Amino acid sequence: MAEFSLPKNSKIGKGKHFPAQGAKSPKQFKVYRWSPDDGANPRTDTFEVDLASCGPMVLDALIKIKNEIDPTLTFRRSCREGICGSCAMNIDGTNTLACTKAIDEVKGEVRVYPLPHMPVVKDLVPDLTHFYAQYASIRPWMRTESVPPPDRERLQSKEDRAKLDGLYECILCACCSTSCPSYWWNGDRYLGPAILLQAYRWIIDSRDEDTGERLDNLEDPFRLYRCHTIMNCTKTCPKGLNPAKAIAEIKKLMVQRRSL
Amino acid sequence: MSLQTPLGRVRGLGSAREGVAHWWAQRVSAVLLLPLSIWFLSWVLPVLGQPYSDARVFVAQPLNAFLLLTFMLALIYHALLGVQVVIEDYLHTRWLEVSLQVAIKLIAFLAALATAFALIRIVLGA
Repeated sequence: MAEFSLPKNSKIGKGKHFPAQGAKSPKQFKVYRWSPDDGANPRTDTFEVDLASCGPMVLDALIKIKNEIDPTLTFRRSCREGICGSCAMNIDGTNTLACTKAIDEVKGEVRVYPLPHMPVVKDLVPDLTHFYAQYASIRPWMRTESVPPPDRERLQSKEDRAKLDGLYECILCACCSTSCPSYWWNGDRYLGPAILLQAYRWIIDSRDEDTGERLDNLEDPFRLYRCHTIMNCTKTCPKGLNPAKAIAEIKKLMVQRRSL
Repeated sequence: MSLQTPLGRVRGLGSAREGVAHWWAQRVSAVLLLPLSIWFLSWVLPVLGQPYSDARVFVAQPLNAFLLLTFMLALIYHALLGVQVVIEDYLHTRWLEVSLQVAIKLIAFLAALATAFALIRIVLGA
């Protein structure tokens, strides 16, 4: 059965409060905390951060908290410019990248949670093992029979290259997949918007020669057709992409290759 | 505990190589239902308040009977496809899922049969 309430050991308790002494411009950050080591339930700690001495983004505040208040706060981050996808988390109720989410976009306290409906490794770090395995399952590389020209790369017309725009920019941060209710209830079998967008990126690539096989592997009531065009994916994508449209294009190709 | 690899778990039993027929049928039946629903709401619903004999005469007219049968069959088919998806989405208790999937198909089949019998009876004036 779909789960509509948290299991007992996931119920969130009241956490600690860390006030900022003599802050010029304090802002409250309510952060989800859970450690696998102490056997305790998750909690939300409230950190007051002085914005006068903090960078503009939510990630800046998290790093400041880790450096100056609580070094045990655990989160992933790397590029701090929205290209690596490591710091994907749920901020102010929406999945996004902490490094590109401005603090002043959030009114009142800033609520920071891990990506929804994923197993948590610690604090804001979700376990994305299954998500990555799903990505591997679509074999996301160029699959060809024809031998490439010996003296140059495989050519592609400008028009065909343009078809990859809006797809190649995906950084696999998992914001879209973890915002999708279908992925929450059936993520074990449904591939989710991120992986389906990536699958379409190879299906539509004019240089790839394995389109039929790719479509064969997606044609499944669960892998593809759990998408009910809820559109949370498109709404939440921090890169402004449209996974829902990519999925719709795959569904159109499924119809196109059969008799009606 | 399972020592199966994550990729092995994802690949599972492989692709079912189906689903597109269901998806297409759901859309075609929806398109069919659009004009039929308008007809049903504007011509058939007003019959509700009329005396039994008048309503019977209305339904017995060949075109009305034909449209009513088409509407009901499309509706039952479309509902069946939709409920099937709802069960697939939310029910993960295997025995319950299988029982319900079979049950809704039986119910849809019986509902379609009952509709057809009722209409035939009225048209033939039994």
